[in-house]
Amino acid sequence: MLAAQAVAQTVTQEDLLRTTSEPGNRGGKLVIAQRSEPRTFNPVVAIDQNSLGVSARLMGDLIHINRATQKTEPALAKSWTVSKDGTQFTVNLRRGLRFSDGAPFDADDVLFSFKVYLDEQVHSPQRDLLIISGQPTTLKKIDNYTVRFTFPAPYSAVERVFDGVAILPRHLLEKDYQEGRINQVWTLSTPPEKIAGLGAFRLKQVVPGDRIILERNPNYWKIDAKGQRLPYLDELTFVVVPTQDAQVIRFQAGDSQIISGLSADNFAVLEPEQKSRHFKLYDAGPGLEYNFLMFNLNDDTEGRLPEVARKQKWFRDARFRQAVSAAIDRAGIVRLVYRNRGAAIATHVSPGNKAWFDSSIQPQVRSLPKAREMLKAAGFSWKADNTLLDSSGQPVEFTILVGSSNTQRSQIATLVQEDLKAIGIVAHVVPMETRSANDRVLNSHDYEAIVMGLVSGDADPTPDMNILMSNAQTHLWHLGEKIPATPWEAELDRLMQKQMVTLNYQERKKIYSRVQEVLAQQLPMVYLASPNILVGAREDLGNFRPAIIEQYTFWNADELFWHTPAGKH
Amino acid sequence: MIVARDGIEPPPAFSGLRSTNFGSRLTWALWFLLAIHALVVLAAFIAPYSYQTQERLHSYAPPTSVHFFDCAGKFHLRPFVYVTKNAESSRMEYTQDCTQPARIEFFTQGDEYSILGMFHSTRHLFGVAAPANLFLMGTDGFGRDQFSRLLYGGQVSLFAGFVAAAFSAVTGLLLGGIAGMYGGLIDDVAMRMAEIFITVPWFYLLIAVRAFLPLQISPVAAFLLVVAVIGMVGWGRPARLVRGVVLSARERNFVLAARGFGASNAYLLRRHLMPLTFRVLLTQMAVLIPQFILAEVILSFLGLGIGEPFPSWGNMLAQAQQYHVLVSYWWMLLPGLAPVPVFLAYHSLAETLQERVTSNI
Repeated sequence: MLAAQAVAQTVTQEDLLRTTSEPGNRGGKLVIAQRSEPRTFNPVVAIDQNSLGVSARLMGDLIHINRATQKTEPALAKSWTVSKDGTQFTVNLRRGLRFSDGAPFDADDVLFSFKVYLDEQVHSPQRDLLIISGQPTTLKKIDNYTVRFTFPAPYSAVERVFDGVAILPRHLLEKDYQEGRINQVWTLSTPPEKIAGLGAFRLKQVVPGDRIILERNPNYWKIDAKGQRLPYLDELTFVVVPTQDAQVIRFQAGDSQIISGLSADNFAVLEPEQKSRHFKLYDAGPGLEYNFLMFNLNDDTEGRLPEVARKQKWFRDARFRQAVSAAIDRAGIVRLVYRNRGAAIATHVSPGNKAWFDSSIQPQVRSLPKAREMLKAAGFSWKADNTLLDSSGQPVEFTILVGSSNTQRSQIATLVQEDLKAIGIVAHVVPMETRSANDRVLNSHDYEAIVMGLVSGDADPTPDMNILMSNAQTHLWHLGEKIPATPWEAELDRLMQKQMVTLNYQERKKIYSRVQEVLAQQLPMVYLASPNILVGAREDLGNFRPAIIEQYTFWNADELFWHTPAGKH
Repeated sequence: MIVARDGIEPPPAFSGLRSTNFGSRLTWALWFLLAIHALVVLAAFIAPYSYQTQERLHSYAPPTSVHFFDCAGKFHLRPFVYVTKNAESSRMEYTQDCTQPARIEFFTQGDEYSILGMFHSTRHLFGVAAPANLFLMGTDGFGRDQFSRLLYGGQVSLFAGFVAAAFSAVTGLLLGGIAGMYGGLIDDVAMRMAEIFITVPWFYLLIAVRAFLPLQISPVAAFLLVVAVIGMVGWGRPARLVRGVVLSARERNFVLAARGFGASNAYLLRRHLMPLTFRVLLTQMAVLIPQFILAEVILSFLGLGIGEPFPSWGNMLAQAQQYHVLVSYWWMLLPGLAPVPVFLAYHSLAETLQERVTSNI
């Protein structure tokens, strides 16, 4: 594990960070396939994984989450202190560092960066994390290498917030910011010399639609145990390979040396070839993706969508949702869709989330008697041919929407459909282009049920407030709640607010366990399964440590190296 | 492709030549097609499983081997299978259990079904008793029997082609007949429309039309839609053919004679002209049906046709789009082969009919 330590280097007068991972060999190139081209290199506006994956290699952050341990560790911040009340956070920066273009780094760059992120006009996605209870975080420069952050309230996830908040080069971007153009800078057509950061690599060349080549940043601030400056690789190339099947073929052929996000099916195809083709596959365990069946609980359907509104009488009854949950064969989903490389889940917190998973909340095992009992209690009955009827004698029939771009989710929907037949529910699976399906969930609310998947951005509970808070932007099952629509949603609101300002981990964990309990009981989403993170790399790639947080395979690109002499790849 | 030449009378020298050869080929093709269609209509009886029965412990199981010799090498008159088990792993590998043979039974009890909504039964032509399984063509990812699904899928694919061809033939007959009979502006309008439909790339039109229609429709509606869309696009050629036949027949002596006795246009069309077009139309149908079957297969392959869990040859083959299926499970490609003999039979039929038409007019 990379338990990084900060070690002051008096010789170079740079505060370099000494890593504890295996020292490697300099040189060589690494090719990584991406589904599509990054939209931008600009960390202020990047939201898609393709852009973030590249921009995180170019840029540095103050405190970084180690993807392998899921814990925070120092990055550009050499150390930090928290005031007793938890509202003041003082960061000591590394001294003597330089951006990849040679310009020096100091507290002014940090102040500038956060000014940009906090600016409402900029609409940066990082802003949400820096606003606490509606109040923005404020910054104060103590000296050239010390910055104090003041939060409006104690903030439990404070260290994690800094991960991914890239420090921007003030000398390059201040003018653009003042002229209100910060959103438009650093596109794919920007000349590489106009882009600089504190990341392990810097931009060398962009071949539009095909590849992006990064080269080693000679000013990077990490060294290994032997004192060699990281990164080891001379070049990092991102190529565009739009489908996973094509990525598998490219990987088999050795055109790319790392593969991420493999489906269990493709994993099984590659598995027997590991020896002969000199690569190694890794199963990193359940990731932070959770797939679920969600019913439409929005309240704006009355009159506008009479058919949906009629069925919502069933959906709103927790016993109906519990019955559906009990009828679903999660083990079957894990076996057939994920080939046992996945986990059945009770809530959105997958077993892969080491710090917050509560093993006492077990996923529902399929039980038709329980499902029938629940339905009976909720006033449902059955016709002689096993058709389920509601209390007014109407047959229970609904459609399950599913985005067609994800094969696994379509398979889940087909399995759920068959499972529900056993309790007399007729479900129709409707595959739909993923964007249209999402649009129905988020905007028109014209759906009955949907099989969806989400990926938690971080192992920490706080980002989940985006979904769980009743007034959140993506409170998917019931959008636009002004006040919590149900008592349990009110409880979730209270609990989530409380965990955000609770600094003690044990207490916070207790609160979050209660959140999971409520979710498993009320099932606003019928949580189904989490797939394992399945990846692969050439066997002679050193320090390859796949993780379950993005970017699964190359989050530690600065430490990756080739065991074989450079130039072979 | 064979298209009857529009109303041009053939040289009389051909008449009667090789007629016995035509006959046997015609019979062969007809019987074969009849057999296939019967098989597909009776799918529920012939298939050992329903199209949606999921044997979840047998996902991607290879075709079950049917044995006459047991593991000890002893011969049995009645064919049998062994119970297969999946070594509970992430790989889909199945082993035979030599200690558990299961004889293939005929007229066994199984899933309940109905044929054409009339006959209800639970008896299937053949099957094996649980825990054994009889997957003649292996299973798909959900553990559904490919053989059974192929038969059920044929219902959709074959009849979509048939109904759509009938639809376009009837439309073609009406529009072509009227155009040929009345001529003038009516003829011009109808034929320019037909030409537009012929020149429009049908495949893109199908996709475009399908895109305008609602996605959330029942499978039956989806089937009818596909049929209507395919049939709508295909009426141009038969219409032109019929028009040609009518146009030339209009001037023939018996028609002129009938007209001389005061027969109306409608009467002439019905009594004298339409019957002349039937052979041409029949040939045209034999050409169009395989085209339309293929159109349905393509639409379903692209996910625009009939949807899960209902099978069609197209949506079954669509699963083989996934790389892992393509390289690992050869039996998933069988739905792609299914149309081949059907198409051959239809083409043979069309060719024979064509030769008959040209030799008998």
